[in-house]
Amino acid sequence: MLSRVASNMFWMARYLERAENTARVINVNSHLLMDLPKTVKLGWEPIIDILSARDDFYEHYEQADEHSVVKYMVTDKNNPSSIINSLTEARENARTIREILPTECWEQINTLYLSAMQNRQSMLGRRHRYEALNGVIHFNQTITGMLSGTMTHDEGYAFLRLGRNIERGDMTTRIIDVRSATLLPELDHEQSAFDNIQWMGVLKSMSAYQMYRREMRLRINRLDVLKFLLLESRFPRSLRHSLEQAKAVLQELPRHDKAVVPIDKLKAKLLQAEPQSLKQESLHKFIDEMQTGLITITEEISETYF
Amino acid sequence: MTIRWGSYKVTNLYDELLRASGKPRAAAEIICSYLRSLTDEDIEEVKLAADSAIHVMGISFRVYHEDEGSIDRDWPFDIIPRIIDKQEWVRIEEGLKQRVKALNMFIDDLYNDQKIIKDGIFPAELLKKSKNFLPECKGVHPPLGIWAHICGSDLVRDNDGTVYVLEDNLRVPSGVSYMLENRKVMKRVFPEMFEQYNILPVDDYPSELYDMLCQLSPRDIEQPEIVLLTPGIYNSAYFEHAYLAQQMGAEVVEGRDLFVDDDDIVYMRTIEGPARVDVIYRRVDDHFIDPEVFNPDSMLGVPGLMRAWQNGKVALANAPGSGVADDKVVYAFVPDIIKYYLNEEAIIPNVPTYKCINKEERDYVIENIHDLVVKPANESGGAGMLIGPHATKAECEKFKRLVRRDPRNYVAQPMLMLSTAPTLIENKAEPRHLDLRPFVLSGKEIKVTTGGLTRVALRKGSIVVNSSQGGGSKDTWIVDMEA
Repeated sequence: MLSRVASNMFWMARYLERAENTARVINVNSHLLMDLPKTVKLGWEPIIDILSARDDFYEHYEQADEHSVVKYMVTDKNNPSSIINSLTEARENARTIREILPTECWEQINTLYLSAMQNRQSMLGRRHRYEALNGVIHFNQTITGMLSGTMTHDEGYAFLRLGRNIERGDMTTRIIDVRSATLLPELDHEQSAFDNIQWMGVLKSMSAYQMYRREMRLRINRLDVLKFLLLESRFPRSLRHSLEQAKAVLQELPRHDKAVVPIDKLKAKLLQAEPQSLKQESLHKFIDEMQTGLITITEEISETYF
Repeated sequence: MTIRWGSYKVTNLYDELLRASGKPRAAAEIICSYLRSLTDEDIEEVKLAADSAIHVMGISFRVYHEDEGSIDRDWPFDIIPRIIDKQEWVRIEEGLKQRVKALNMFIDDLYNDQKIIKDGIFPAELLKKSKNFLPECKGVHPPLGIWAHICGSDLVRDNDGTVYVLEDNLRVPSGVSYMLENRKVMKRVFPEMFEQYNILPVDDYPSELYDMLCQLSPRDIEQPEIVLLTPGIYNSAYFEHAYLAQQMGAEVVEGRDLFVDDDDIVYMRTIEGPARVDVIYRRVDDHFIDPEVFNPDSMLGVPGLMRAWQNGKVALANAPGSGVADDKVVYAFVPDIIKYYLNEEAIIPNVPTYKCINKEERDYVIENIHDLVVKPANESGGAGMLIGPHATKAECEKFKRLVRRDPRNYVAQPMLMLSTAPTLIENKAEPRHLDLRPFVLSGKEIKVTTGGLTRVALRKGSIVVNSSQGGGSKDTWIVDMEA
């Protein structure tokens, strides 16, 4: 398989995943804000931080109000990770490998892009935002299902899964990092009802709420949420799951010896650290390490294959 | 009650399906009576079926818009086929084989011994003026001595019924995928006709192409690595590139997927590491294939590709420099070229062509410029051309000056009356002009597609058949009436 094609598969999957996750994050934040009293300062700035895009954002906007942030995240051409840009990239990657993708998958990706372009105004306003963003999420889920059900599970498919899992791991760590920073961090502090709501929000932005409840059967609390999102190997959006999947996929590919090394390293670190019991500052440092690790993994993959 | 052949006008032009109003040619009788039996609703249905087949099969071509960038458009297709009797076709096929064989000998000779020049048949100064003669190709002996492995020759029919070769495309001719897809659409739309007619199949082209490419491999191995080199997804023919590669089971590669090592071997970058490439079916123009040798800014090519080819480490189809034989001045010499190499008369005639380089012919052109079409040697797509009968006096005067100043660069031809065929225009059959592009593959044997791509000018009176300028296409049926 051509390196370029492999790389297109990888990035197509990453951008699709990124668009979906961004849509989730915005949706959850919209809902969260409705539940919180005006006195709780939360607002929209954390969303910008999830993308580590603070500097770029303030170059183009005065303040991080709802309208500006949503616009930046959804339609802004200056933001390389905005939903519209992610979908554009995903589509361009898909287009160059059109003859390799099952036709109906290409058509779905194309339709997703076209409909997002058409709906981009409604994603901005409050009234239709939820629906429109949900559309992006559902489309993506459909594409994932179609690919899994109609594409030969060959090397191309392996690169697709690789991209998806690494992007997931990346987004999970970003969300945890930012969200935990804005929450009252210390363990000994009595959790307020609003903290509870916010941790719920974190889970919901990863569609993890229901699964968390089933698994943990506990009141929502920082420790268990962190444990679930970072370490639960059976939850498909946890960091550990992403890493394990990425490794399994790599093992199907030729010449994977070097590429699996940084995954093993990162996983070992993750399991050792007991991140759930880290205090805020150390947690932030730990997450940083995890993200650097994910970058190293991507670098090693592109070094080996692309 | 819609298609009435009695009211279909056949004037002084040759019509491919009817010899006179209401009188179909023998090979077209079945289809004409079938079409006449269709109601308005039937036709509507058939058109819809064809359109949706084209849409679903994703048969498209790319058009550039200044504002919107480029977009894919569905391929414009006419459901009334163009029919040629097999008896006539066999002769055309022979003619094409003869022509391409001679052209390949000519190219090989030009880059090696230049006997045809030494023998005084082809003027040396014409070669010097040729933009498509590549000095880098001198002394190269490509496999089997063949340069133009894939040739698309455009045929037209004049009002007396004679078929002429209008031009040869020896560089990167395109359109064959549409020929293949047109047939698939017709099978979906008019399955009945395929029972009633003995229509010769077209679909073995991709395997013939693959076999031919395999024959060029520098390595004698079971499965040589064959790739199709495309300029990329923004090229107007990308659909065809992807389609042919898919049909052949070959990789579609871009320049950046390939590299040439110090050993002059071409490799493609794969996830398993570099993989040697044996044959490149390249759909990138000569001047872009190797930035080391030609256009240094080219992002489409592969640095070192020319030296790999010169040293026989990779085969290129078509070989670089093949274009030397498809400029319009060389065209005028093709009958002489055939005579010289094969000692045969050309089976398919050229359109009579006046070479302005000869004084007598030049004088004739200048005197009769109002009745002639004057063409510069190396332009394509009608650029820099004078159509005498449609031109103003000033334009004619200008061309007289141009011809006098640079006679080598011009040829002139009488204005042809291109044949027509019934074409569905708003549910009525109306005559529209058309041409035919068969494709000729040259390997150990020479093979011609059964028929070819019929292109039709959808605008009334127009003779421009290009899809980007209001042209469409028809399925071409070679029918065996004796079977």
